[in-house]
Amino acid sequence: MSEQVIRHTIDTPNVFTQAQLGWEAWLEPLPLEELTERHYEGLVDKGRANSPYFRLLVRDPDILGARTRTDNDIFYNEKGGLPRAQRELSATSASRTNGCLFCASVHARFASHHSKSHQDVQRLLDDGTAAPQDDPQWRATINASVALTETPTAFTAVNVRELRSAGLDDLAIADVIHGAAFFNWANRLMLSLGEPTPPAEK
Amino acid sequence: MSTDVIDQLIGVEDGDAVFALRTQRPDAKRNAQASYDALFHSDDVSHASQLERLAIAYWAVALAQSPTAGHYRDLLAAASPETLEALDAALPDAVTSGPYGDYPEGPLTAENEEGLIWGPSPDLTAALGERLAAALAHTHLLTYRPRDASADALQALLDGGWSTTGIVTLSQLVSFLNFQLRVVAGLTVLKGELR
Repeated sequence: MSEQVIRHTIDTPNVFTQAQLGWEAWLEPLPLEELTERHYEGLVDKGRANSPYFRLLVRDPDILGARTRTDNDIFYNEKGGLPRAQRELSATSASRTNGCLFCASVHARFASHHSKSHQDVQRLLDDGTAAPQDDPQWRATINASVALTETPTAFTAVNVRELRSAGLDDLAIADVIHGAAFFNWANRLMLSLGEPTPPAEK
Repeated sequence: MSTDVIDQLIGVEDGDAVFALRTQRPDAKRNAQASYDALFHSDDVSHASQLERLAIAYWAVALAQSPTAGHYRDLLAAASPETLEALDAALPDAVTSGPYGDYPEGPLTAENEEGLIWGPSPDLTAALGERLAAALAHTHLLTYRPRDASADALQALLDGGWSTTGIVTLSQLVSFLNFQLRVVAGLTVLKGELR
């Protein structure tokens, strides 16, 4: 008899939200007491040992470590390029397109925090990526992220020109590409290895 | 030795504008390569064999109709021409466009989109075995309709002979390739627009 998945009896969230959702794995995370030096190297941040998501992924520690270090440089390297809010917007747009409620909730919250434009972010969640956005850089970032998220990718020179005419330089355009591309990695892991759980009761 | 696969796939080298852009995010560049190495030059292939990795990789990028497919096709051809032939024969009935799939019941149900639910034919399963066939079905799901993912889909992998650790590696593999192919797609377009 093969191993069995873990099934949860929870009311899974069914709307895009900026609230803080939980997440439960469908497969057994590695038990804390089995974590070795190599596992901690893969977790990058020791605190992540408390997360069922990272403790499941750490079963293959090398790819997790490389994934996390890629993620951190794309989103947190502030030497020039795309403003933080719009990096989070690229992540949110990809997540809204793929349908990852959990990823969208986290990165919509970050986008709101950095932009102070909670309403514009909420409109993207409620009405979708085609909903109106007044800021030309936001419009271009969302369009580019959505196009790159499609399979096969639909990102073209039109997207680059729209980003550029909105005032973004080449490094910022490369950041949009990396932000959206990275969430096509993250969304697939988050969506397929477990499910979101409702926000804790206030 | 120190080949950077993404640079190679975009067709840039030191001195090119896109090369210079990537060096401004040095950890992302280094770790995208480290990810490739972790997946394709792993020192532990006990949960997912090298041939399985190469077959799943080619299947994922071929489904996505990415120009990176040439790279993975060559790797698979060198490892197992029979496997490549079986996948190429199956490809025309499997290729579609995405993302599509269903949302949890509620207001988002209005955004549900139907699309191909692909499973391996008896011939393909006979040629490649149930374990790899199960992985190909999951790769199709992850590629085109990730929001349809479910505990049942993972149970099908466990029943097909995959371990929990093997499923983590398989999931990382397909997900990483969906990142890599988009970095390559995006930067290739950008390269054409740089003056």
